[in-house]
Formats: sequence, structure tokens, C-alpha cells
Amino acid sequence: MTKQIRQLDRVVIRFAGDSGDGMQLTGDRFTSETAQLGNDISTLPNFPAEIRAPAGTLPGVSSFQVHFADYDILTPGDAPNVLVAMNPAALKANLVDLPRGADVIVNTDEFTKRNLAKVGYQVSPLDDGSLDGYVVHPVALTSMTVGALAGLEVSKKDAERAKNMFALGLLSWMYSRPYESTLRFLERKFAARPELVAANVAAFRAGWNFGETTEDFSVRYEVKPAKMVAGTYRNITGNQALSLGLVAAGVRSGLPVFLGAYPITPASDILHELSKHKRFGVVTMQAEDEIAAVGAALGASYGGSLGVTTTSGPGVALKSETISLAVALELPLVVVDVQRAGPSTGMPTKTEQADLNMALFGRHGEAPVAVIAPKSPADCFHAALEAARIALTYRTPVILLSDNYVANGSEPWLLPDIDSLPDLRVQFATAPNGEDGTTFLPYLRDPATLARPWAVPGTPGLEHRIGGLEKADKTGDISYDPANHDLMVRTRAARIDTIPVPDIEVEDPDGDARVLVLGWGSTYGPIGAACRTLRQRGLAIAQAHLRHLAPMPANLGDVLRAYDRVVIPEMNLGQLAHVIRARYLIDAIGYNQVRGLPFTAAELETTLEEVVKNA
Amino acid sequence: MPEPTALKLTAKDFKSDQEVRWCPGCGDYAILAAVQGFMPELGIPRENIVFISGIGCSSRFPYYMNTYGMHSIHGRAPAIATGLSTTRPDLSIWVVTGDGDALSIGGNHLIHALRRNVNLKILLFNNRIYGLTKGQYSPTSEIGKITKSTPVGSADAPFNPLSLALGAEATFVARTIDSDRKHLQSVLRAAAEHQGSAFVEIYQNCNIFNDGAFDQLKEPATRDDYLIRLEHRQPITFGTDGQFCVVHPPGGFGLEVRETATTPTDQIVVHDATVTDPAYAFALTRLPGPDLRNTPIGVLRSVNRPAYDTVVQEQVATAKARTDQTLEQQLARLLANGDTWTII
Ligand SMILES: Cc1ncc(C[n+]2csc(CCOP(=O)(O)OP(=O)(O)O)c2C)c(N)n1
Ligand code: SF4
Ligand SMILES: [Mg+2]
Repeated sequence: MTKQIRQLDRVVIRFAGDSGDGMQLTGDRFTSETAQLGNDISTLPNFPAEIRAPAGTLPGVSSFQVHFADYDILTPGDAPNVLVAMNPAALKANLVDLPRGADVIVNTDEFTKRNLAKVGYQVSPLDDGSLDGYVVHPVALTSMTVGALAGLEVSKKDAERAKNMFALGLLSWMYSRPYESTLRFLERKFAARPELVAANVAAFRAGWNFGETTEDFSVRYEVKPAKMVAGTYRNITGNQALSLGLVAAGVRSGLPVFLGAYPITPASDILHELSKHKRFGVVTMQAEDEIAAVGAALGASYGGSLGVTTTSGPGVALKSETISLAVALELPLVVVDVQRAGPSTGMPTKTEQADLNMALFGRHGEAPVAVIAPKSPADCFHAALEAARIALTYRTPVILLSDNYVANGSEPWLLPDIDSLPDLRVQFATAPNGEDGTTFLPYLRDPATLARPWAVPGTPGLEHRIGGLEKADKTGDISYDPANHDLMVRTRAARIDTIPVPDIEVEDPDGDARVLVLGWGSTYGPIGAACRTLRQRGLAIAQAHLRHLAPMPANLGDVLRAYDRVVIPEMNLGQLAHVIRARYLIDAIGYNQVRGLPFTAAELETTLEEVVKNA
Repeated sequence: MPEPTALKLTAKDFKSDQEVRWCPGCGDYAILAAVQGFMPELGIPRENIVFISGIGCSSRFPYYMNTYGMHSIHGRAPAIATGLSTTRPDLSIWVVTGDGDALSIGGNHLIHALRRNVNLKILLFNNRIYGLTKGQYSPTSEIGKITKSTPVGSADAPFNPLSLALGAEATFVARTIDSDRKHLQSVLRAAAEHQGSAFVEIYQNCNIFNDGAFDQLKEPATRDDYLIRLEHRQPITFGTDGQFCVVHPPGGFGLEVRETATTPTDQIVVHDATVTDPAYAFALTRLPGPDLRNTPIGVLRSVNRPAYDTVVQEQVATAKARTDQTLEQQLARLLANGDTWTII
């Protein structure tokens, strides 16, 4: 049967199933095939907090969304064009996000009375007409997989488990994906069990062939490669990129990286990743708690390493006292907060930007630190290097505010040339700096950076004591002098305020916008996508995105004042908006959502359109 | 870089230029002098020695030592020192802490440093009171202790620091007394020689808020009858005339004190700090009564187990030895790991 081939510019597919159905892996493989083809991609996994929620229930549903296009895209897509639902729970949990007319591929084998009852379906939605608005493809995924593996030496259970590869084969056929990398992957993954390689490959091929032969799928789609900057790419999640950025910071500074961490979702993957890179001199320590993790990192920095600690909001709260100590000691320290929905345990696998206040202000005393936030998964690499650069150059704690959305989302990353990465080499103090040539003044500052000398133990002649008690300017001796304390507090503030950070850039293609939308961190994608659509529709809107939240770019006030209206969308109740209002006396409009989910481009488009029209 | 400092040092070389500010008569002075007097013996250049403390009167210690030093925050010194030790195994690192600092707010870090066997010498100045905050009871204060915060007596039972350390898998556990310089220095010597965590409890008098807490162990009239001076491979006898001894009664779980005169010599326990089973050292820690009678001092336990920093650094060295590529080459490979694609 010859199939019709239709060209599309973009597609959003969501693979959904039970936690045990291998949906993350299926999505990953589809993404990798898509990357090989040269589409631009953005992905978003969504998994339950429970490790093994009861099978077939709504809390047990795990999904993976991939958006790919023949042009550069900014988000994993608002709504899927295709939903693959491996069981009734997956259908029920995801149907709300599905626009009418979308394709729904369901595994009919799982639509048994019992499974339907588990999620409260009295009648099967496949039979009661409730899916009439969708293009439903009922496929007996499990039994066809088992049938395809009939001649192979695998247990029934293993055969059934290969059904995700059947689904992947079918989808790969539908969207004309190159599949060699998946076959290679299966060989690697099951190297120790050749019978599983054979089973999964056979399931994949069966799915592919099913697409080719069945009449239910009459159309095959193509999405042409996107025009992307020349170079070598890989698909990468934010947590991976951040980890690699820290390894790169070690190489570029010539310092050992020390990571102190206590496991916490969604930051643990950074600990897992960095623990694999010992050959770079990276030392990881799973500490007894968050306080020990940051303490050990600070101790390592004191000894001349790049001390790093990675955590999420509850962990930052515990680390707060030690971060203040680092402010007083004026030592480098990188604190990574992969934000999740709070307060307290909140929704650990859901995203939020509500730790900004804590990063900026959440310490006792006047304890300023630098704060930066990556805007996308791949940007986490560069943000980590930037955090290290500031920490090492200015001898200060730096808080890096990632979030669950960028941490687990992925996108293509143009591999950088190692030589193009910033040079992070530091100069340790090696000789006395006092005028008499013999005394060492641990708090005598470099006039350009206001940084104090980094004199690491082991350096002869520079023995000195530091601590949390207020220090006299220059000598670092304990001091209760009122004027000295005033000077030290102001100097510590100035140290952060005067860190040079790049000017904020404004994207306003026609230069006639009267409304500026200002974002920070992971909202970059949806805000950018919304602005693009508005412009395509003839509305003028300017976009600016903050990477440096402390200190803020020097030109920010001028930029904001150049517009009639400033809108600040945030996944919190207006934390950046507060700061902007206080600091620049600008009547910024907040647009806030705390649903544990990233903004959709569509909702931002509606909101921004209203502001533009009323400006 | 200047040359490493000469090793012909004296106690004076370890005195910093800072004025010592403990209350006159505080036991901390004696400990400071003993430590400064002992340091030259270490044979380690001053720049390779680091003192890290928490918060408390005792934790002011690093300011007075002319070495590298950090006065950190309450309870966290073992954690900070762990990061330093793990990345800088070349340094000799000493942690100075108090009974509140180590056992109350910092209890978690202390037990984990001990279990990891981080190469730290931990000196716990136990005055059985919160000194710096002006006299509240501490986790080592005796039950019923009347203090500012417990006007009718404390309701909670104290920790026995040495029992706690043993429960936390400590490889070296010792006790000494501020006023007995010679003994203190002998314990410091043994601690310094130990690979891994060395936990030393030092009974310290706070003459302002808990004066005389250890008097029975110090007064010439009582001390010999109260103190058990442990000597490695020596039968444990004590008392002015050696009239007491320690035995392991058959059928019992622990150790007991008996009259030497009525005990067959072969039943007297011969002290051996290297016994693998911590139950022995634990039994020693349980000998003292509430009146401090039968208090063992000296090294209770000293066994070998690989130090944390050694193991960690070996893992790094092994990983590094697997490749002869430069770090830059390795980094380029790491970044390009997995499925990549090229756009021309
Ligand atoms: C986070 C924090 N909580 C409380 C304090 C107040 N504080 C300082 S020292 C101390 C207790 C000190 O007792 P101990 O450790 O026994 O030391 P000592 O003064 O007796 O030598 C307390 C509660 C503090 N500095 N930091
Ligand atoms: S309060 Fe006690 S422990 Fe503190 S300095 Fe005075 S005597 Fe020493
Ligand atoms: Mg005390």
C-alpha cells in the first residue's frame, strides 16, 4: 500500500503510560532520532514523585513530550498533536491537554474492565463517543508485540515489556525518523542479554512495519531539518549541561572541583553526573545533610578548590547560615538551587521560580551574594561557568537558580570549542602584602575587584586566621569598632554591586514596541514564543531577559524606563516584580502562575496581547 | 614562593599576635599552652597546620594559634574540616569544639566525621556547660543540673561523649584533663599519629559557670583513687596504692572495678587500645559513676581503618591514571559524549 506523505513544519508528541512502561526511554529515543535528522527540538518529561505508584492509576502516569520543527523553537510545545496512551490512566490524565483534532494512539490491550475501573471509567472512552473530536487509532500494542516475538526465546513478561519499542517503531515510521541510532542503543543497553536485544529490535521493526501496512495510518509525515548554526550538536538536559559546565569550570580554572551535596529532587542528577568525572579531579561527597554539604564545599574552597553545593529550595534554607559565613569569609562558593514547587516539600517534581526572594535576601545580616539564572537547558552549561567565574574572581558565594523545567527539559546544544570557554585561572596569594614586606593582610583588597587575597593553607609565611566574627579592614583581626563594621558591611555590599555584568539586551525587531516583557530564568522559552507569535500577528512587543539577578545589569533602569508598560511573567507571586518596583520605581505589571507547570506560549500570548492593545 | 618554614620551632612560634580573651583561670588557657607546647613535636611546618573551630569559648582557640585557622559557625567545624581534609590530605587538620558545639547543634556532623574516619584531630573541650552564652546546661551536664535555663534542674540525661564516639564507629577515642599537661600532650601525640579521625575529650574547667566540675579528678586527695590512667598493654589497676583493678566478670557484659587484693592477677584486664570490637572500649567508657569515680583517661581505642580522604583521593588517582589525554582533550570528548549530529 502506498502512503501519502505530508510535510509539516512542527509536531508535538506526548508519550504517556504507566511508570513501568518505559515512556521516558521511548521519548528519549524518539528525541535522539529526531536530533539525528536535524530538526530543532525541545523536550519535557513529566514523572510522578512516587517511585512506583500502583500500576494503572492516575498518580502512576509518566509522560514525555517532544516538540520538533523545521525552524528554531523555544518550548516543548503547549499542546500535543499526538498522544500515545499506553493505558486508560495515561489517556485520562493527558486528555485535558489535547486539542480537538489531535491524533490519539491507544493501546487497546490495556483497556480492560479492571483497568478502566481503576481510573473511574464506567464505559470505555473508546466506545462511548467521548473521543469523537479526536482521530483515534486503536492499536493492540501489547498483543501485537507478543505476537511479533513469538519465535524468540523471551519470557512473556519480557515480550510484553517490549511494547514501548513497538510504539516507538510505529511513531518513527509515522514521522519518517532515522532509526539506526536506536538499534545501536538497544545493542548497548542490553549487551549482557542478547535475547533482549533481539526482542526489542523485533518489537521496534514490528511497530514500523505495522505503520507501513495497516490502513489505519494512511498518512506519513515529514518535518524537514531546521536551519541551525553550523557545528556539532547533542541533545542535553539542564542538569546534564550544568554538571558539564562545572567540570569545564574545573578544567578552565585549573582547580579541583569539590561538590558537597545531599540528595534532593530535582537536583540529585547533578550529584550523580559529577560523581562520574573523577578523572577531572572532581570530588563529590554525599554529605550527612544540606548543612554539611555546603560546609564541606566551603572548607574545600578554603583549601583552594572550587567548592560547589547543589540542592533545591529546602536545602538552600538549611544552607543559609553557612552561605552567610562564606560572605564573611569572602571565599568562592557556588550554590545551585534547582527550584521546585514549595513551600516545604510542596510538589517536588514540579517547577516553580519561588526561591528568588530567598536567593536575594534569605540570609541573616547584610549578606549580599551574586545570583544568576539560566534561561534554557543548554544555557545551564554557560550559567555554571559564569557562576564559577564570578565566585572565583570576586571570592563570593554565587547562587545559581535553575528549576525543574530547565533541569529536566532538553534541547539541542551546540558543542562549544574548549578554547572559547572563559579563562578562569586564579592567582593564589603567595607572598606577604603588607607594606613592611613581612605581614600578611588577609582583608587587603584588590582595588579593581574588591576581592581579598585567597591565601590557601600550605602557603608559607601567610598563616592567618579568618572567621565569622567581624573583621577589621585589611588586617582581618576581630573588631567591634562601630565605624569598621559600617565600612565592612558597605564594602561587602559594594563588592557584589560592582561586579561587572553584561548589559541586558532587548529584542524589539522593529524598534517601535511600547510594551516590554521582562523575564528571568526558565520562562525565556514561553515568553519568546509568545512574543514571536504576537509579532507575526503585527503587534509590537519588546522582550528582555535577566540572567544576572544580583547584581542587575547597569542599563536595566534605562531599558525599563524606555517603555510605557513593563510586564513581568513569573512562576511565583511577583518576586522579581517587587524588586523592580522597589529599585527602579517602575509600575511593573506582574503575570503570575504557580501551578507547578511552565507557562504555555498561548496563555502568555493572550495576556501580553491585552497589555499591548491597552498600552 | 617563600621557602617552607624551618622546623626548629618552639611553643612561642605557635603563639599568634592576638590577645587571649578567656576569663582568668579558665581551663582553656592550660589547653592552649599544652597544645602550643606540643606543636613543635609534630615536625610539620606551621603553614601545613590548620585549626578549625565552631562557636563557643573553646572555639576561639584558632585565633591564638599562629597557624592557618578558621573560626566558623556553631557546630559545623567537622563538616567544614571534612571538605578541607578531603581535598587537601597534605594538611594536618585540628578541630576544636565544645560540648554544646560538638554534641548539641553539631552532633550530626561529629558522628558522620567519625564514621567516615576523616583525617581530623577533634579536640572536644568538655566543661559540661554552655560557657559563651553564659551558663545554660549542656548535653553533657549531669541530670538535675541547676542553671539559668533549668532553675529547678535539667530533666534530660547527658551524653557520654566517648560512648557516643564509639557508637559512631570512631577509630581513635581518648580522654584527658586540662590541668595535666603531661598527660594531655601524650594524648595529643597519640592522636596526631593516628590515621583517620582522632576523638579527644578534654575535661576543661569553666571557673565562671561550672567551677570545680572535675575537681575530684584533680585534687591530690581524691584524684588517684578516682582516675584510671590507661596504659597500653598494662593491667588496669589504679588508686593510691593500686588497690583497685578492672575485671571482666564472667557472664557480664561489661567491666567492673574490684579490689586488687582479692582479685587473682590473671583476672585483671590488660588494656589493649587496638581491640577490634568496640564493645571493650565502650565498657571502659561506662565505668565512671555520677561522682566521676573510676574515670578512665588516656587512649581507650586506637584501631586502623582507611581514612576517608585517602580512599577518595585514591579513587581520583585511579580515574586519572586511566587516560593520558590532556584535561582539555578529555573535556572535549566528554562534552561530545552520546549521540551527536553535525550541521554543515
Ligand atoms: C546558630 C547559633 N545558635 C546559637 C548560638 C549561640 N551559642 C554560641 S556558643 C553556644 C554554646 C557554646 O557551648 P559549648 O559548645 O559548650 O562551648 P563553650 O563556650 O562552653 O566552650 C551557643 C548556644 C550561635 N552562635 N549560633
Ligand atoms: S565562660 Fe567559662 S569557658 Fe568561657 S572563658 Fe570563661 S571560664 Fe572559660
Ligand atoms: Mg561547654
